Amino acid sequence: MLKTLISRLGQGVVVIFFLISITFVLVRLMPGDPLTDEKAVPEHVIEKNRAYYKLDQPKVVQFGYYLGNIAQGDLGPSMSKEGRQVLEIIEYSFPASLILGTTGMLIALCIGIPAGILSALRKNSWIDFGTMVFAMIGISIPSFVIGPLLASGIASKVPFLKVAGWGDPLDWLLPAITLGLATAAYIARITRGGMLETLNQDYIRTARAKGLRESTVVLKHALRGGIIPAIAYIGPAFAALVSGSFIIETIFQVPGLGQHFINGALARDYNLIQGVVILFGILIVLANLLADLALAAINPRLRNQS
Amino acid sequence: MLRIFHISAVFALTLSLISCDQRRTVDRASEEKVLLLGNGDEPKELDPQVVTGVIESNIINALFEGLCVRHPENEGVHLPGMAERWEANADFTQWTFHLRNDAKWSDGTPLTAADFLFAFERILTPEFGAKYAEMLYYLKGAQQFHQGESDDFSSVSVRAPDPHTLELELVAPTPFLPDLTMHYTWFPVPKHCVLSHGEMQTKHNPWTRPQHIVSNGPFQLTSWKFNQYIAAEANPNYWDAARLKLKGIKFLPIKNAYTEARMFFDGQLHGTYTLAPEMIRYAKDTEPESLRQEPYFASYFLRCNVTSPAVQNPKIRRALALAIDRQAIIDKILQGGQSAAYSVTPPIGEYQPPKAIEYKLSEAKALLKEAGFGPDNPLRLKLLATDRDSTKRICEAVQAMWKQELGVDCTIVQFEWKTYLDKLTKLQYDVCFGGWSADYPDPTTFLDMWKKGGGNNRTGWFNNDYDQQLKTAAQCSDPAERFRLLERAEATMMDELPSLPLFWATTNYLLSPQVQGWHPLLLNQHPYKFIDLTQP
Repeated sequence: MLKTLISRLGQGVVVIFFLISITFVLVRLMPGDPLTDEKAVPEHVIEKNRAYYKLDQPKVVQFGYYLGNIAQGDLGPSMSKEGRQVLEIIEYSFPASLILGTTGMLIALCIGIPAGILSALRKNSWIDFGTMVFAMIGISIPSFVIGPLLASGIASKVPFLKVAGWGDPLDWLLPAITLGLATAAYIARITRGGMLETLNQDYIRTARAKGLRESTVVLKHALRGGIIPAIAYIGPAFAALVSGSFIIETIFQVPGLGQHFINGALARDYNLIQGVVILFGILIVLANLLADLALAAINPRLRNQS
Repeated sequence: MLRIFHISAVFALTLSLISCDQRRTVDRASEEKVLLLGNGDEPKELDPQVVTGVIESNIINALFEGLCVRHPENEGVHLPGMAERWEANADFTQWTFHLRNDAKWSDGTPLTAADFLFAFERILTPEFGAKYAEMLYYLKGAQQFHQGESDDFSSVSVRAPDPHTLELELVAPTPFLPDLTMHYTWFPVPKHCVLSHGEMQTKHNPWTRPQHIVSNGPFQLTSWKFNQYIAAEANPNYWDAARLKLKGIKFLPIKNAYTEARMFFDGQLHGTYTLAPEMIRYAKDTEPESLRQEPYFASYFLRCNVTSPAVQNPKIRRALALAIDRQAIIDKILQGGQSAAYSVTPPIGEYQPPKAIEYKLSEAKALLKEAGFGPDNPLRLKLLATDRDSTKRICEAVQAMWKQELGVDCTIVQFEWKTYLDKLTKLQYDVCFGGWSADYPDPTTFLDMWKKGGGNNRTGWFNNDYDQQLKTAAQCSDPAERFRLLERAEATMMDELPSLPLFWATTNYLLSPQVQGWHPLLLNQHPYKFIDLTQP
């Protein structure tokens, strides 16, 4: 087990290194310049600012500096939010994304897993069709439609809900629902598939033949196998949810991380894009690792293999 | 089971507590005299010498104050700010500002002329890399010092003979200097505070953080929650604190205009930063008393790359300009009460730009024919634009007008902001949609851009006569005569049309009727010290 963990972490470090290198090259291939603006800036001022961000150095030297700084835990200064360090921006924005992502995931799990189980148990019934149509709608309708609908249709009519803003825990609700719905739909479909496969297995028939209660058969014996595909999906999905969503953040005015992916790229803020990409990379690696560990925990065969 | 009951009980109690006070956020804020404003985006900085944008200036104008202060209703009137009074010599090249004796920083430290000298030196120091230092080039010796031709700040003509007197010598007659002093680049910065967190030329000095900042305006920063809000409260050390009616202001960085409008209608904001054109009709129907559509000193136009073969010929540019039905664009697309532009600079005060362009199809067709283009040999060009939806709709309208009336094959090429800027600056376009908003209420804020080699010209166009006419106007100390000279310069430019005027802007936004003392102003910069909130 420990050996797997160490080897996975080692692979993660390699993945992150490649991610850093590729991002470093790609952002610099984009047309445009981080230091230009609508109002023309005199050339000698641009030169000074270029030197400040070390952009006047050859690319290889810049990369060397960048790696050196990362090794010391420094992601460099932001080029668009002047005076702020990228690490500081992440520090301010990540908590909101983490709260939103976690709440969104909880909503997704609370809706998705029961819906998937129910569909599988009542296969081809109206419950199954109804749930799956609902799931299909959840997947198909983009968040920029659901978000404003929830804001205008619910929040503006319910006195204690705000259409947008990020202050008290009630403000988490609508963005988390918007964020969680699509994931809930995926989880429902995957859980249904996994459960259908498991419910047809011989050991389930044996369990039923032994006279176990249906709830024990489903929740204890079938779910354990049926949930495996969903868990493999939940890991990376969770990483995606906590890394933020530009659309939901702008619709509900959430001070999260997702907007920095887009704004960093649009402003050519090299350090900011690199910083958030690294963070996202680390989240994905960790989430996959956790998913693997969880799978090993519920699947004895995987545990014994390792 | 019991636990579930407990949880639901706590949840129900929380809900009932929250819903106890069912007043809208704005109503509570009005009672507390706190103004809630949407402000477009998270500011890049709050250091007046680092920033360049409107979003930042909206906040900086609450926190800092220059020598003069804007009048709440009348753009042409300058009220005393840090300077109690001022005088100029006959040709407006030498100015003396007398600072008030009771001027203080928010920490109680006296504000003196030395703070102004420090601020001017800091923004002009080349190593500091201020992007907007050019705003001080009116000062004699400032340009040379900023461009490194001199490394002695005493070569810049600003003097402080005593702690309450500031003497400025200018390159040319500048009757509108009081207007310039209301621009944040001319604001003082607290020498003692800046130097205690870094050196003068330290680029990203943390002195503007809430725990450090010291300011001299009507409000002082209390909280800066990144991407969430910026809160300021009345500054008790402000010289005119007795006049303040507001107890605080909260700026919210709302990027999405639709979200902002929803928040306004939900009672979360007193005022919005903007209003999407699609929302104007809805606002007119639901809350006409909150809809504000006011003239704004900004202009939109189509730049022509005069080095591109497609529009090199001035006749072609004139034909293209004459074939645009501006009023139709305003009525059908913009719907914000803009005016059809007949020149680039909008009229201001006594300044009346030449009536250079109107919608005249017959002349347009004839000119294009003269230039050798017609149905058999259509003119082909590319129209560069940003990726904004509103821009796209305007460009499509222009494209259709040119196609239908002149048979011009125009392709719209859209890029996101930085790529657009890159192509614009490198002159990789034929025609390009653009705009310009004024920094100060004088026509030169527009006319100076078209000078030869000017960084914001971006058309490849120049005309030595035009530059000479601007120079002559700059040396003229009679304000009325100066405007006539500037009008003549603009006529020279409009003869060759390096850019085709489209419309003069308005600001469209929502403002609660609870906000008092907020009047239409051409620069859309409202002095917060005169604003009040009435009870709902």
